[in-house]
Amino acid sequence: MKRFAVVAAMATAFLGSTAIHAAELEVTHWWTSAGEAAAVAEFARVFEEETGHTWVDSALGGSGTGANPVIISRIIGGDPMGATQMNTGRDAEELIQAGLMRDLTDIAEEMNISEFYVDQSLLEPCTYEGRIYCFPINIHSWDWLWLSTAAYETIGQPVPTTWDEYVASWPALQEAGILPFGLATGWPFAGIPGVLLAGIGGSDLIIAINRDKDVEAVRSPEFREVAEALDGIRQVVSPETMVPAFADVGNQLLEGEAAGNIHGDWLQGDLQIAGGVPGEDYECLPALGLNDQLTGGGDAFYFPVLPEGTDPAVIEAQTELARILISPEAQLAFNLKKGSMPIRTDIDLSQANACMQKALVLLENGLLPSGDFALSSDTQQQLQDLNIEFLGDDSITVDAYIERYASIIESAD
Amino acid sequence: MADYAVQARKSAGGGLTRFLYNTFIRNLSAKIAATPMMATVLVVFVGCTLWTVWYSFTNSRLLPTGEFVGFDQYRRLFATSRWNTSVNNLVIYGSFSLVFTLVFGFILAVLMDQKIRFESAFRTIMLYPFALSFIVTGLVWQWIMNPTLGLQGTMRNMGWANFTFDWLNNPRMVLYALLIAGLWQGVGFVMVLMLAGLRSVDDEIWKAARVDGIPTWRTYVSIVLPMMRGVFVTAVVLVGSGIVRLYDLVVAMTDGGPGISSEVPAKYVYNYMFGAGNIAQGLAASTMMLITVLIIIVPWAYLEFGGKGRRS
Repeated sequence: MKRFAVVAAMATAFLGSTAIHAAELEVTHWWTSAGEAAAVAEFARVFEEETGHTWVDSALGGSGTGANPVIISRIIGGDPMGATQMNTGRDAEELIQAGLMRDLTDIAEEMNISEFYVDQSLLEPCTYEGRIYCFPINIHSWDWLWLSTAAYETIGQPVPTTWDEYVASWPALQEAGILPFGLATGWPFAGIPGVLLAGIGGSDLIIAINRDKDVEAVRSPEFREVAEALDGIRQVVSPETMVPAFADVGNQLLEGEAAGNIHGDWLQGDLQIAGGVPGEDYECLPALGLNDQLTGGGDAFYFPVLPEGTDPAVIEAQTELARILISPEAQLAFNLKKGSMPIRTDIDLSQANACMQKALVLLENGLLPSGDFALSSDTQQQLQDLNIEFLGDDSITVDAYIERYASIIESAD
Repeated sequence: MADYAVQARKSAGGGLTRFLYNTFIRNLSAKIAATPMMATVLVVFVGCTLWTVWYSFTNSRLLPTGEFVGFDQYRRLFATSRWNTSVNNLVIYGSFSLVFTLVFGFILAVLMDQKIRFESAFRTIMLYPFALSFIVTGLVWQWIMNPTLGLQGTMRNMGWANFTFDWLNNPRMVLYALLIAGLWQGVGFVMVLMLAGLRSVDDEIWKAARVDGIPTWRTYVSIVLPMMRGVFVTAVVLVGSGIVRLYDLVVAMTDGGPGISSEVPAKYVYNYMFGAGNIAQGLAASTMMLITVLIIIVPWAYLEFGGKGRRS
């Protein structure tokens, strides 16, 4: 009997020691365009080099609108992945409240993250009852106007430096057969109204609408200007000229087929891969060249609570991945490829290109609350439906648009 | 089994006993065999349906945890222009799709029935689209109808500079573009069903009609068609259920666009349940879909199966 006990103890010890060896960690994300894929490969590389664990890549198609539901239903349905990317914001709010996400507070304290996070407001969506449940890993902003140098060479005008100059150049562009505004079908349009709101409407307006849900602000003359700008875009965009993916718009800009586009800074990753150089092949205007603050959003990593009986090595791999994602080395490698801003202040960004340098200056003024941050996914979906309908149906007047926007904000949460 | 029968005959006087015997004992093995199926029906179909309806009256978001809020979700649903457009679209698509699938299916079956050569080859060709999923069908037709890459581009390159076929980009025509793809996929299947129905009609009837000098078309319309009632009912149910759950074709072909002009109810349900994390709103929409189906099915089922013993 005694001998058996010894053998059993040895066996457990043996098992225990092997269990912490290399594990496979499934990571889901929707980074599928060329620039994004190159960036996420950096995370995988650093993770595998530093820990010896295996990064099992589960890229999901369809971006936020297509991939988010898959991620959420896998977690709710009891088939959680090891780690997942989601947008920083309120999409995972209820998953956190239901206790489906792993509490990362210990790791956060151990790394002392409040020391180096660029903007504490980034951590707000990750915090619930004082505990931290996700790590934002980059800052993205939608608030960029991208302009094609080639297109403006063709019409012999200087590249605009503000939104108003850009709009004034549309007739000349159309005469030369150049698309004034390149646009991809589907979700890329959904971000544009928010950019106009931050750029044309200004910081006060976007705070009043997104954070305070102030209906009167929607009915104000400032918001009317925003709606009219959107109406202007609607005039020069038609279904025949739309391209399938946002990266195609990047190509249109580099080729000079389209003069401009409003899209998030991740477009830059694709522009770079296609060989574009900022300042030479394309120009970037943060906040439409009008505002001195950007709305912030970005991506965060969540680590779902794994079911009972999961190999402890996998849980250990989760912990190590969480540490690595926000480590200086991975942050630098990832964000340079992705075209986004790192969440750490203590990184040497002298390698960053001209556009990112512009963003870093604006970042010091603090972030504005984007729709992702301040509005529930339900409200965001309603606004997106409204915007897509407005774009597709010229019979909806600016007044009707404002009224419907107001009624959504009225019931927003 | 035999002694049960004896017992039953002994107590044949008591109505209650006979009722209990009939309910629980008679054909016992058949009843045991049917139990798993009955349980599945009760739990999965009836149970989940009731669950769906109940939670559509709550304010649940991502998880079904909300409180009862009465008809709020329905009020919001019918105030949403995207939902109303979706319902309209489904009515238009549905009526055209039902009529054309049945008419084309029948006509093709009749043509097949003319003792033509290579019939099985034709039948295979016509049935092939049905082997493709709606996603593949949608993608194929999206390419064909793409103005720059597809038919329009090809014709223009061949010299017809004014040839226009841009239904996918035209909010007024996009539903008919979906209809073409849907018909292409579904007609072959209905044709095969109808052909089986036509073949089941006795040759004697054809001979009798010929003796009476009735023209062939008349025989089809007035004699064969009414005899194929069962096949028609099957086809209507199959095509109809396909219409109500129309989703993947739209997602693959237009994703609801341009604007919201080709949205359908099932897509609304999916977007709000999973994308927007608003389960209650999605369930309210799916309850409305259920009610629509019931409005169609219940009167038909009553006519078909109601009035015991009247038929069959």
